[in-house]
Amino acid sequence: MSSALQAEAGQIDVDAIVIGAGGAGLWAALELAREGIPTAVLTKLYPTRSHTGAAQGGVCAALGNVEEDHWEWHMFDTIKGGDYLTDQDAAEVLAREAIPAVIELERMGLPFNRTPDGKIDQRRFGGHTRNYGEGPVRRSCYAADRTGHMILQTLYQQCIKAGVKFYDEYHVVDLLFEGGSADQGGRCSGVVGYKIADGSLHVLRAKAVLLATGGYGRAWRVTSNAHSLAGDGMALAWRHGVPLMDMEFYQFHPTGIVGIGILLSEAARGEGGYLLNGEGKRFMETYAPKLMELAPRDMISRAMYQEIRAGRGIDGKDYVYLDVRHLGRKVIEEKLPDITDFARVYQGVEPISEPVPVQPTAHYAMGGVPTNLETEVLANAAGGVVPGLFAAGEVACVSVHGANRLGTNSLVDLLVFGKRAGKRMAEICKSTTAPKHVAGAERAIREEMLALSTRPEGVRPAEIRRALADVMMENVGVYRDETLLTSAVKEIQRLKGEYQHVRVEDTGSVFNTDLLEARELGYLLDVSEATAVSALARKESRGAHSREDYPERDDAKFLAHTMVWRGADQAPATKLDYKPVTITKFEPKPRVY
Amino acid sequence: MDVELKIQRFDPERDSAPHWETYRVPVEPMDRVLDVLTRAKELLDGSITFRRSCAHGVCGSDALLINGRNRLACKVRVEQLGKSISVAPLPGLPVVKDLVVDMDEFFGKYRSVLPFLVADEPEGAGERLQSQEQRDVYDDTTKCILCAACTSSCPSFWAQPEYVGPAAIVNAHRFIFDSRDQGADERLEILSNEDGVWRCRTTFNCVDACPRGINITKAILEVSSAIGSRG
Repeated sequence: MSSALQAEAGQIDVDAIVIGAGGAGLWAALELAREGIPTAVLTKLYPTRSHTGAAQGGVCAALGNVEEDHWEWHMFDTIKGGDYLTDQDAAEVLAREAIPAVIELERMGLPFNRTPDGKIDQRRFGGHTRNYGEGPVRRSCYAADRTGHMILQTLYQQCIKAGVKFYDEYHVVDLLFEGGSADQGGRCSGVVGYKIADGSLHVLRAKAVLLATGGYGRAWRVTSNAHSLAGDGMALAWRHGVPLMDMEFYQFHPTGIVGIGILLSEAARGEGGYLLNGEGKRFMETYAPKLMELAPRDMISRAMYQEIRAGRGIDGKDYVYLDVRHLGRKVIEEKLPDITDFARVYQGVEPISEPVPVQPTAHYAMGGVPTNLETEVLANAAGGVVPGLFAAGEVACVSVHGANRLGTNSLVDLLVFGKRAGKRMAEICKSTTAPKHVAGAERAIREEMLALSTRPEGVRPAEIRRALADVMMENVGVYRDETLLTSAVKEIQRLKGEYQHVRVEDTGSVFNTDLLEARELGYLLDVSEATAVSALARKESRGAHSREDYPERDDAKFLAHTMVWRGADQAPATKLDYKPVTITKFEPKPRVY
Repeated sequence: MDVELKIQRFDPERDSAPHWETYRVPVEPMDRVLDVLTRAKELLDGSITFRRSCAHGVCGSDALLINGRNRLACKVRVEQLGKSISVAPLPGLPVVKDLVVDMDEFFGKYRSVLPFLVADEPEGAGERLQSQEQRDVYDDTTKCILCAACTSSCPSFWAQPEYVGPAAIVNAHRFIFDSRDQGADERLEILSNEDGVWRCRTTFNCVDACPRGINITKAILEVSSAIGSRG
């Protein structure tokens, strides 16, 4: 059994490797193709299945097509939205380069909605304002409520046109290093890929490796994220001595479908939708009188919890209403068609005539693998880089989102930094030599996977996954405190122990999803540990990290990025460090909307 | 409540031919078929194999033959099907294992129709103008998620596997009718060959199968008529 795992590994030499084929990975691959760099894109799905395609509302860029706007305003909103944990040089890059990135997407053929004079249309979105917070501004460029789908399709189309080489349904199971692991000054020299179709291992060597694997929403029970989002890239890097940064900052999106977490886009509120409590009142008046339903997501999710705790959920239950009825059938069907369909299919609710029940859903990792502005992965708080390793998109932490991401900025992030990654990797590929061949580079991971797939008895992965999702939801959710987090760290450690005895039922080589899901569970346990440990250490409330025992922001102690390293073998993570926030234009102020 | 879930199983390392297996699975009324498959895998048999990702109808991973019709498993609710659910792989495509089919030829046909914008690229150009009316002409076909539900429901495709199929034509349509595109002639030439649009017999199976509600037959007819008007 498992004969394919034991067979000799395939050997592939390229200059660059891209792991993941969402927006960041595809744009990086496109830049590499333009520079003529031999590149392999590995994805555990087909590229068009990537989760970028689930993004709905739009992508912000200060084009000023419908009203006055400036990139400096976008930069300020991003910093304030991030509760001043955002690195301001990164926010400047994001806001400036969003403009040419969106124009380039249009040139590539993206079918944006249009203004009456034929330009890219723009609409309002949470936390995006005119003149440094005066009121909402129309900044989000959109294609109905399937902007992410169109970005993913358009970039994939361009990659086909450019002849990019894809390895579809190859799961990356290990990173290779030469000269020691990342914390010993080693260089990333390639990856080991597992071909899902036949269970064979393949060693790919390269001068530059990009992590573009997305987030890890599946750690929580209620999430908007795809099943595939298990923190693969973060966990793989962490296992090789790369720190993870700002993992305690995880965003809960306010408007998920009750129970199952499917997202109903902020675009519903951008178009003018209301949030109503059990008394039929627009409760955001109490929490953000100026921006109301267009306040940032962390504030709205907290406001919803407060209303529910005070017994003002719908019929006293744990949800509120999203109401778009007053927008009328035309706006709802033309500008919000997909989310209207979601409400109909998954809740049996008709948004044209009924309010839609919603509750917060685990949505987006502000934290991740730390990088500099060129997407080079950082080895430490002093800013030293890990040669050969890059990260872009949700897997990375530049940090442009700080303690809380604004709506649409995830797409802006993956466009701007995906493109930067491709350019920087091309430079590196032209100026460095290829890594050396090492016989048996795949030996360690082969043994690990064989052990996993041949264990005769043990715990089923689903049991551990359910326990993890519960503890993350109850203890590491919107509100946290010392007691909840301490017990979460302990429970995750216990589950990591159980995972040592996890058993895979499917012993075959062909398309063994049982084995892959068990691997993904291992990644989820690692990134959940990093999240809980970082959250426990941050004794303040900032952005999406809300400590009921430390309700105030504490700039004197915590205006800094958390870095956490993995413990050796199965030991708990105890090594932490803090990296100063880069402040260029905007001094931290209280965050009021 | 329980349902009877019948799954067509095939493991190429063990079986010479596909066979059906039946499972009793506990369900909630709002469950999707994908939830039921996942529960069967988690509770009853870890070797049950299917693709999945977004679980809300936008990624196209889990198109399957469900109670005799091509559907996304994450877009069909159990209560729409009753107490007996049968699930098989998409028809007409080679089975890899259980519910997983080989998609390589499907994506090959997609690539064959030049599914990307063909246009001049003057240096430093800004955004192109396009009226909302010009955009509306091809809006419907931009929704495609390449799930293969349409192509694998098409009798013409079953009879003639070389037929390029509805999904590829939908993706050609998306560019042929985009006012910014200059590659229509080349695409129409490709689609006018013997395995192109003429194989469509307007049975509307594709329209019924499409989880995105695309009017595929209309799109195919618009492409045919564009070929016709070239003379």
